[in-house]
Amino acid sequence: MSPDGNPFNIDESPELSARVLSDISVSGPVLAFFTSAVVWLLIGTVFGLTASLKFNFPDWLASLPALTFGRVRPAHLNTIMYGWISLASAGCSIWLTVRLCRVEVRWRKLLYPSVFFWNLGVLYGTIAILIGDNRGLEWLEFPRGAALLIAVAFVCLSLSILRTFHARQVKHIYVSLWYILASVVWFPILYVIANLPFYSGVTQAAVNWWFAHNAITVWFTPIGLAAAYYFIPKVIGRPIYSYYLSLLGFWSFALFYNWNGIHHLVGGPLPTWLISVSIVASVLMFIPVTTVAINHHLTTVGHFGKLRYSPTLRFVVFGAMCYTAVSFQGSIEALRSFNEISHFTHYTIGHAHLGMYAFATMILFGAIYYTMPRLVKWEWPYPILIKYHFWLVAFGIALYVGSMTVGGILQGLYMNEASRPFIESVEVTKPYLLARSGAGVLILIGHLIFIYLFCLMILRRGPERKAPPWREKMEVVAP
Amino acid sequence: MMFIRATTFFLGVLATLFLGWAGLTLIPGIQIREVKPSSELKPYTEEQLRGRAIYIREGCIYCHSQQTRPEGFGADQLRNWGRPSLPGDYVYDKPHLLGTMRTGPDLFNIAARQPSEDWHLIHLYNPRALSPGSLMSPYPWLFKEEDVFSKEVYAATGERVVPVPKGFAPEDKVIIATQEALDLVAYLLSLNHTYPIKTEK
Repeated sequence: MSPDGNPFNIDESPELSARVLSDISVSGPVLAFFTSAVVWLLIGTVFGLTASLKFNFPDWLASLPALTFGRVRPAHLNTIMYGWISLASAGCSIWLTVRLCRVEVRWRKLLYPSVFFWNLGVLYGTIAILIGDNRGLEWLEFPRGAALLIAVAFVCLSLSILRTFHARQVKHIYVSLWYILASVVWFPILYVIANLPFYSGVTQAAVNWWFAHNAITVWFTPIGLAAAYYFIPKVIGRPIYSYYLSLLGFWSFALFYNWNGIHHLVGGPLPTWLISVSIVASVLMFIPVTTVAINHHLTTVGHFGKLRYSPTLRFVVFGAMCYTAVSFQGSIEALRSFNEISHFTHYTIGHAHLGMYAFATMILFGAIYYTMPRLVKWEWPYPILIKYHFWLVAFGIALYVGSMTVGGILQGLYMNEASRPFIESVEVTKPYLLARSGAGVLILIGHLIFIYLFCLMILRRGPERKAPPWREKMEVVAP
Repeated sequence: MMFIRATTFFLGVLATLFLGWAGLTLIPGIQIREVKPSSELKPYTEEQLRGRAIYIREGCIYCHSQQTRPEGFGADQLRNWGRPSLPGDYVYDKPHLLGTMRTGPDLFNIAARQPSEDWHLIHLYNPRALSPGSLMSPYPWLFKEEDVFSKEVYAATGERVVPVPKGFAPEDKVIIATQEALDLVAYLLSLNHTYPIKTEK
C-alpha cells in the first residue's frame, strides 16, 4: 500500500476508509486552525522584518509609537509563537491524534471555541503590546486577559485530544502520540503557573525564564518532534528505526529539558547552584537529542532521493536536521566559557530562529503540505511554487542564522574587550544586521508564495491534479 | 509490543514537569525570599514608577540589560559598570527587568555613569545627537515641538525645554519634554546601585 495514499479513493481498503473517516471528522477544526495560523504567519513575518529594518534605519517610521522597535519586536515574537506556531501545532496535533488513535475526533464541539478564543487572545494581546500595554516579561508580554483566553482555548484543545485518546482503537501508542499527550497536559499547567501574580525581583526572573524555555520544551518542540516521528516514516514507507531509542529519547527529553530555563541568566544575580543545575541539564540534552537524531537519520538513510519528490519530506527532514543542530548549539551555548561571549548578543537571536524557524516552522510547513490535500480533497497546485517556497525560506533562514551567528560572536568579543568603546560592539554588527534584513525579505517572499498556494487550496482553485506531486514525478522516473 | 499504561505515562509526564518547577522556581524562591533589600536601596518614588512603566511600554528591555556580571566574566567590571548585582538590589522590582540583550549598554548603574538630565532627554529625543552610530530608536512622542517664538513663554511657564544640538531638531522649533519624558528620565536617574554592600559573615 502506498504510504502517501491517494486521498480521493476511499475504497482501497477498510483501513484506509477508516482513516479517511477520521480525517473528515477533524477537517473543519484543523482547517480553521491552519487558516488562522497562516494569517498570523503573515502578520508576524511583517512585524519581524519591520523590527529588523529598524536596526538598519533607526529613524524610519520613527514618529509612530506603535511601530517603535521595542513594541514591534515583542509583537513579532508573540504573533509567531502564540499565533502561527501554536495554532499550526494545535491543528497538527489534533489531526495526528485522530490518525494515531484510529477514531473520529471526540468532543469536536470544543475545537471551534478553541480556535476562536485562541485567535481572540492573540489579537487582543498583540494590540495591547502595540498600544503600549506590555507586561514587561519576555514571552509573557500579553496582558492577563489575553493569556486567560489562550489558556481556555488550550484547555479545550487538550480535553478534545485526551478524550479522543481515551476512545482510541489501537493497542500500541505510537511515539508521536506520547509527545502530543505530554504536551497538552504540560503546557496549560505551565502557562497558568507562569501567569500567577505572586512573583517579583530575581524570583520572578527565575520563573520568567523557566517558563520561556519550557514553552519550547513542553509545546513547540514536542509537536515538532511528533510530526517528524510521524511524517518521516509515513512518507518513506518504513517503520521508525528503533522503538527503544524513541522511548529513551522521550523520557530523557522530559526529564532534562524541564530544567534548562535558567541558562538564560548565566552570570546573573541568582544563586550559582541554580544556574549550574540548568547548565548541567542543558548539557544532558545531548542524550535525547542524539537519540532522536539517530532514530530519524537511520529511518531516512538510503531514501534521501525521496526528498526531491515529496515536499512534506523535504521540509520535515530539513526541520529534523535543524533540531539536532539547534539542540547541540543550545547545549554548548549554556557552557559558561561560551556563554560569556554569546550572552547578551545577536547570537542568541540566531539560535532562537534556528529553533523556532528552521526546526519548528519548517516541520509545520511539511505537516501542512501533507495534511491539506486530505482536508480539502484537492491537490496542491503548481509544484514549482512549492519548490520556490522551500528554497527561498531555506536559503533565507541559513543567511539569517549565519549572519546572526558571526555578527553575534563579534559583538560579544568586542563587548568583552574593555579597551574598546561600547559603540564598537554596535558598529561591528551593522553589516550583519543588514544581511539579516535581506534574509527577512527572502523569507517574506517565500511566505507570500506559500500563502498564495494555501489560498488556492482553501478555494480549491488552480489546475486540477489527480495525485500528489511526488507520485506524478515517480511515475515518470520509475520504469 | 511494548505498552505503557496510560496512567503511569501521565503520572510520569506530570512528575517531570513538577520536578523542574520545584527545582528551578520553588526551592530558589524559598531561598531568595529570605533576602533583605540591600541596605542603601530605596523604594521607587511615584514619579520613578511612572517612568518605569514607560520603560516597559517602550520595550527598552529588548536592548538593555539591568544586571552586572562579576569580575572575570565579561568586561562589566573593567568597563566600570558597577559591582556585580545581587538579589537584594532587586527586591522592589515588579516586574523584574533583568533583560537578556545588550544591543545597547547595561543600564543597572546608568545614573552613576551619566547623571545629566539634559543628556538623557536629548538622547531620548534623538540618540544620534549624542551617540553617533547608535542604533537606538528615537522617542519623539515623549516630546512636544513648539514654535520658536514662544520659547521664553514656555520657560516662564515652567515647561522643560530640551537643549537639542543644532541639526538634530527642526530649525524653527523648540523641543519641550512631556511629563512622560521627565518620568522616564527620573527612573533612569534612579538606576544607581553602586553603593557598597556590607558582607555579613
